[in-house]
Amino acid sequence: MADIKLHDITKRYADGTEAVKHMNLEIKDGEFMILVGPSGCGKSTALRMIAGLEDISEGELLIGDKVVNNLSPRDRDIAMVFQNYALYPHMTVRDNMGFALKLAKVDKTTIDTKVEDAARILDLSEHLDRKPSNLSGGQRQRVAMGRAIVRDPQAFLMDEPLSNLDAKLRVQTRTEVARLQKDLSTTMVYVTHDQTEAMTLGDRVAVMRAGVLQQVDTPRALYNDPVNIFVAGFIGSPAMNFFSGTISGGRLKLPFAELAAPMDVSHAGEVIVGIRPEDFEDASLAPANHPAGAKFEAPIEVLESMGSEIYAYFSFQGGEVSSDELAELARDSGIAETPTGGGGLAVARLNPESEVQQGERAKLWFDGAKLHLFDPSDGSSLKRGKQEQQAAAQATAEAVAAEDAKDPPSRAAAGADGTTAPE
Amino acid sequence: MQSREPRAYAGWWLALVAILVYALIPVVWLLSLSFKTPATVSDKKFLPQDVTLDNYTTLFEGGLDSPLLRPLINSVSIALIATVIAVTLASFTAYAIARLDFPGKTLILAGALAIAMFPQISVVGPLFDMWRALGLYDTYLGLIIPYLTFALPLAIYTLVAFFREIPWELEQAAQVDGATPWQAFRKVILPLATPGVFTAAILVFIFAWNDFLFAITLTSSDSARTVPAALAFFTGESQFTAPTGNIAAAAVLVTIPIIVFVLIFQRRIVAGLTAGAVKG
Repeated sequence: MADIKLHDITKRYADGTEAVKHMNLEIKDGEFMILVGPSGCGKSTALRMIAGLEDISEGELLIGDKVVNNLSPRDRDIAMVFQNYALYPHMTVRDNMGFALKLAKVDKTTIDTKVEDAARILDLSEHLDRKPSNLSGGQRQRVAMGRAIVRDPQAFLMDEPLSNLDAKLRVQTRTEVARLQKDLSTTMVYVTHDQTEAMTLGDRVAVMRAGVLQQVDTPRALYNDPVNIFVAGFIGSPAMNFFSGTISGGRLKLPFAELAAPMDVSHAGEVIVGIRPEDFEDASLAPANHPAGAKFEAPIEVLESMGSEIYAYFSFQGGEVSSDELAELARDSGIAETPTGGGGLAVARLNPESEVQQGERAKLWFDGAKLHLFDPSDGSSLKRGKQEQQAAAQATAEAVAAEDAKDPPSRAAAGADGTTAPE
Repeated sequence: MQSREPRAYAGWWLALVAILVYALIPVVWLLSLSFKTPATVSDKKFLPQDVTLDNYTTLFEGGLDSPLLRPLINSVSIALIATVIAVTLASFTAYAIARLDFPGKTLILAGALAIAMFPQISVVGPLFDMWRALGLYDTYLGLIIPYLTFALPLAIYTLVAFFREIPWELEQAAQVDGATPWQAFRKVILPLATPGVFTAAILVFIFAWNDFLFAITLTSSDSARTVPAALAFFTGESQFTAPTGNIAAAAVLVTIPIIVFVLIFQRRIVAGLTAGAVKG
């Protein structure tokens, strides 16, 4: 068991594209770290660099305080679960799980005990002598997990291990993975594109976009204080609603309402306002005497009753937000095909007792204290605390860039090194 | 549907019989000839009138000095050695071509294809002179080398196709599990490529076994002469009798090892060996 540190890690391919850009991440011993992001954001590449299956173009990777940049996967003492499991088809479940131990020249009886222990934990005991081709998808997934846990490695690396399971089994296995990690308390790095998995499993979640780490924090902090519009839109389901607004003279103007601008924001002019669906409510059921609430009227286009809650899609005039970040999110998650992506539609989660009717105008309320404000120029959060952090991050990024400019030959040389790696 | 089924089957059977007759009549004719006595060899009858095994027994009369035994040993040895070397070298080469990106990869593949297409008759003459100068004329090695030259491209192409079928993740899983590249190749990749290895082995063996051109040109005595070449040197019992019966008998015998070889290895060519490796 060990911690994993990524210092300024970059992956550059031979054609010059950068899959991961200057990634800094410290994963504590025993921590369950999730790497999440839309497809092509570099999360899998980052994981494969930790595993040693991809060369690191720049930066330093430490596992347990040892630089492992140039160690082959076999010398890093890590176990990996692949998205398609990669079970050895010519070996029985027992041999699959014991393969690593056999290679490590562990004696036969120890291998048998360890494999049988792991099989018991994973409920595979009666399948030990079967071949992977005779197992169901869920069983194969468990064999892949078993192959990792018998080794008792420094860290587990999981590359979308649940994405090939059907929805019901995925939820069940998700719980099992979480329990397993708590029991073993081994460091785990888990890659997924599913924000629900990220939120439910991780001690901390690292959100990536286009090779750049956006924010690393606990699921709750990511949800409550997203640093930018991308994280805000990615985390949470249904996704956060975005409206464009203006702040002038201490007032915040939204397409459908106007209220006092939040005190902790010192910004004037155009802003992007994010409101989570649950921060809306039916006006008649809204808490009375709420200091920052605001009421408005909007036509309800679609109503989805889930029993425990109602999702009301209402339209608004003007103030649709368009940005690269949101466009990418919409593309990746398929939001583009859902009503919210059509522009001018927002979703509100209402109390099931609400008597709002589809196709009618309804009085809605929203919590003005829970607004998320973003800078329309770069999508970063306008909360004061975050703003300072951002400024600091910006400063370091600029410092790095300046350094690059000062010393181009060395960077070019390093790049050339990286590009010789065979692919 | 039900009424049409027997008719459809009848059509299939008809086609099958036609193909079998077309393919096997010459073989059966050869078999029939091999059982005929010299007197009845040209009687134009399909079934031998008086069956004799003389054609077979005379082939082995005199032990190692007999017309067929020594060439048979040569054929089996040379074909097997060529097969083992070719398949071993080809599996390394094919693995590298399938897995690695190295400069000159396409050149190697193109070169291999060019060699396979090269007319053998155009190298036989120079080889004859070179082998005599090098002392390789009329030796096992003298035949094995040209066989390798022409069989390797075939084996490499076959194996590359098989190696490309194997999911790369399996090898990466083995690496993460602590395998050296050699262990990953031997314990994970090679077992999965077994059908390909046997396919390549059969192709190389058949090529080496059936070769006549190199065998007749590069050998001069029984020390390396293989069966196809030896057949050409059969003589009749006297200078007035044609060795038709003996040649027919030898031709029948020479097909037996290859049938056995194919039947043994065909069992190992089980399709879908990688089933269950990845999701499904």
